Amino acid sequence: MNVTLVHSAVQPHVPMSIAAAEPVLRVRNLEVTYYTDSGRAKALDNVSFSLKAGEKLGMVGESGSGKSTLALAMMRMIKPPGRIEGGQVLVGDTDLMALDQEGMRKARLSRIAYIPQGAMNSLNPVMRIGAQMIDAVRSHLPDEPKPAVEARCKRALQSVDLDAGVFRMYAHELSGGMKQRVCIAIGILLDPDVIIADEPTSALDVVTQRQVMETIDNVQKAINAAVILIGHDMGLMAQFVDRVAVMYAGRLVEMSSVREMFTDPKHPYSRALIRSLPSLDNKGVFQGIPGLAPSLLRLPTGCAFHPRCDSAMPECSTARPEAQILPGGRSVTCHLFDGEA
Amino acid sequence: MQARTIPTGKNHQECSVTLRFIIRRLVFLVLVIWAASTIVFFIPRLSNRNALRERFGELARTGGFSPADLEKIIASMQQQFGLDRPLLEQYWQYLHNVVRFDFGYSLYRYPSTVSDLIAQSLPWTIGLLLVSTILSFIIGNLLGGISAWPRAPRWMRSIATPFVLLTGVPPVIMAILLLFFIGFKLKWLPLGGAYSVGQVPNLSWGFALDLLRHQILPALSLILGSVGGWVLSMRGMGITIQGEDYVNFAEHKGLTAGRIFRDYYMRNALLPQVTGFALALGTVVTSAIIVEGLFGLPGIGTMLNLAIRANDFPTIYGIVLFITIAVAVLMTIVEFLYPLLDPRVRQS
Amino acid sequence: MSTIALAPSVQASIERPGKLVLVLRYLRRNKGLAVGLLILFGLVAFTVIGLLTVNTKNAYPLSVALKKPPSWKYPFGTDFFGRDLLAAMVVGMWQTAFIGVLAGGLGTFIGVVLGFTSAYFGGWIDGTIRTVCQVLAPIPVLLIQVVIAGSLDKRDVTIVTMALIVVLLAWMGPTLVIRAQVLTMKERQFVAVAKLSGVGDLGIIFKEILPCLLPFIAAAFVAQVFVAVFAAFYLAVLGLGPLREPLLGNIIWAAQSQGAIFNGWWWWPIIPSIAMILILGSLALINMGLDELANPRVRRTE
Repeated sequence: MNVTLVHSAVQPHVPMSIAAAEPVLRVRNLEVTYYTDSGRAKALDNVSFSLKAGEKLGMVGESGSGKSTLALAMMRMIKPPGRIEGGQVLVGDTDLMALDQEGMRKARLSRIAYIPQGAMNSLNPVMRIGAQMIDAVRSHLPDEPKPAVEARCKRALQSVDLDAGVFRMYAHELSGGMKQRVCIAIGILLDPDVIIADEPTSALDVVTQRQVMETIDNVQKAINAAVILIGHDMGLMAQFVDRVAVMYAGRLVEMSSVREMFTDPKHPYSRALIRSLPSLDNKGVFQGIPGLAPSLLRLPTGCAFHPRCDSAMPECSTARPEAQILPGGRSVTCHLFDGEA
Repeated sequence: MQARTIPTGKNHQECSVTLRFIIRRLVFLVLVIWAASTIVFFIPRLSNRNALRERFGELARTGGFSPADLEKIIASMQQQFGLDRPLLEQYWQYLHNVVRFDFGYSLYRYPSTVSDLIAQSLPWTIGLLLVSTILSFIIGNLLGGISAWPRAPRWMRSIATPFVLLTGVPPVIMAILLLFFIGFKLKWLPLGGAYSVGQVPNLSWGFALDLLRHQILPALSLILGSVGGWVLSMRGMGITIQGEDYVNFAEHKGLTAGRIFRDYYMRNALLPQVTGFALALGTVVTSAIIVEGLFGLPGIGTMLNLAIRANDFPTIYGIVLFITIAVAVLMTIVEFLYPLLDPRVRQS
Repeated sequence: MSTIALAPSVQASIERPGKLVLVLRYLRRNKGLAVGLLILFGLVAFTVIGLLTVNTKNAYPLSVALKKPPSWKYPFGTDFFGRDLLAAMVVGMWQTAFIGVLAGGLGTFIGVVLGFTSAYFGGWIDGTIRTVCQVLAPIPVLLIQVVIAGSLDKRDVTIVTMALIVVLLAWMGPTLVIRAQVLTMKERQFVAVAKLSGVGDLGIIFKEILPCLLPFIAAAFVAQVFVAVFAAFYLAVLGLGPLREPLLGNIIWAAQSQGAIFNGWWWWPIIPSIAMILILGSLALINMGLDELANPRVRRTE
């Protein structure tokens, strides 16, 4: 069940460079429920994983699969009617879920930073970029002298390849890519241990998407943070992340290294996802995944994927699969691999 | 990469854009004043009422001069007021006078001019208006902002509710209720007038206090009724703004709740309210004038009330036109100030 | 951000309750609309029952004893001129409703016609209508109404002329609202489809756009009734109403002229004030409720 615990047992299989370090982020049994008029919806169901400093994880899944919920839950930004029902998010040795309000406020940005989905509107239209960076620093380091704060902000702008002049500009004077970079610059202001980028490229054109991803890559290397990259674009992601996690209906169904995921996906859902990618081999034939994503209010019994699964077995509709750790350290949540762990 | 430098050679162009904006607003202002003057000029002339005849007819009945004299007096007065000349010439003369704030003579208080009467009563109206409008704008927007702010404590959010319930109450009725309960029943505050009977206006603290006491109920009746309106529109705005990505991101940045509320939420939510303020000016001024009349403060409202009762048409028209112009000018000023608050408008 | 996707199948499987149940259920959520409708219903009931049972002649001067405070015989008291305030309230309420519906209806009608014309045909027609609306908008309407009402011969001022005076300068609001709505409607796909399939201008206006705008028109109508009642009330309070009629504003004007509160005849101005609060309050609540119905974006209020 608990991926992290089992995971550490099989660490020898993980590439050496990463295996040497302790995980900087450990998420354990995270659960989020939305209490809606029409019933309870479990948006995150027992999600566990861990990341080491400098590691990049790609998080994929259909809309409504819980990717963004996971990001918000880790920031403790789930708003009613949603509620975090349980679990731990450990950054270093600090459990974010156990912090008080003020402690959590201080942890945001300084320990765990979030780069927003809608960078187009994520900057205050009536404040200069500089003022928005300064107030971020000031609310965490109230004693840092003004010149040092300013120098810090300009350094951050530089590291995302923005001119220092942006400091005195307003959001509407910047292009979409520039706004996204400003958000990244804000995210790295305080050298956080973990950076969560929630579809950072969704509103950008293809060329800018690449540039933004490269920027994230660069700053991540510079501060050696663990990065969680959320997005639909498997292709873009494949070029930048070390590991890929697949979510379905609020559960983590598979987590593997990029190479394994693309060459030998294990979970039938991951397989379908990879198959649906356009590639040089299946020119012209576009394969979707049959069926609709299930409503979280009425999940199918057993494995939530079984109605759409091409290798469903009788037990899939009755028994819920649990996470299995396969040889090699991959984790899969599917009955096909029962007993293989 | 595409590091961008600050545009510097744009100054000249920006300047002309600003100039064009100012000119457009000024042309619009002139258009509004012209439309109002035209309406005020033509409507009375469409009716069959003859103000001079009515006024002097009344005098004739009480003063006892003969009908023949009456006709002579009216004829000479009509000549003096220029009423015997062709309509278009009168219209042209009228517009000409309006530009110079010359609204003619008061019939009732002849030979005072309407402008004299307005000048006398204007300070009272401005005082009441300024205080009540600014207070209700500040209170209303603050309460409205708080009431839509999900992180505010429940009791704080509910302060706004009683004001919202009072929204439908016109200031006039508020004035009557306040007069009755606070002035008449509880006898806490005076029932009307600018200062107590027997007081001689002077520069003492005692007189100032007396003056202030007489202003409380009128100001309160204007404020109580209008706070709710601001609360409602601000609450609507607040609900939109709190869903904005930048408010969310501000929280992700780990800003303190107070800072998010002030710099990210309120500052943005207030912008449309400023425009709303400009649009509401007409109603606000109208309400103030009527309330003033009700309390018998010696402002423009009382002047208008008296003029209506006395059929003093030049004064009615003059006051109406003056207020219309004042409102239009104030609106234009607010619109000129708006770009200072919103950098997005500044450029475009 | 990512909220739960409600699969359509879930909603379809729930049994559809009857229309009345749905309306009642909606009203329970939209409390403002419910309370507003309730008060309005009460006022209508008061007026109708009053018109049937009370002698309306007593609403006019010199019909009953003077200056009597509220009692069993005169529940609302009588005024300085010998009017029974109960009868006056019944007649005044009826007259207020008449002015409100007539002026509100006319104003909305003009607004809908002009708004549609302006938005649908565009070009110089749109430019002219829009400019006229914008130039007239900053002018304090009530003051112009004061000029109009003041210029009329007192004998010409009746309930109907009051309504007409109010309409004269109160059609700009609905015109702009409807214009904006039609403009957004015009961009919608189904209008384009109708146009492509050869439906004529009038057909599109009446069959495609108008039905979608009904909630907005209803909201505009209620807002117009509010504006009309308000304006007529103010004119009457200033003494510009039909002085003989027991219009609510007239009664307050009369009370004010006779210094009713100074003299202790409190019921005289207070009772019409309360009636006015109920009328305007219910209209404001209904208007806000309809806004919420027509404009789902506002629905997010808790």
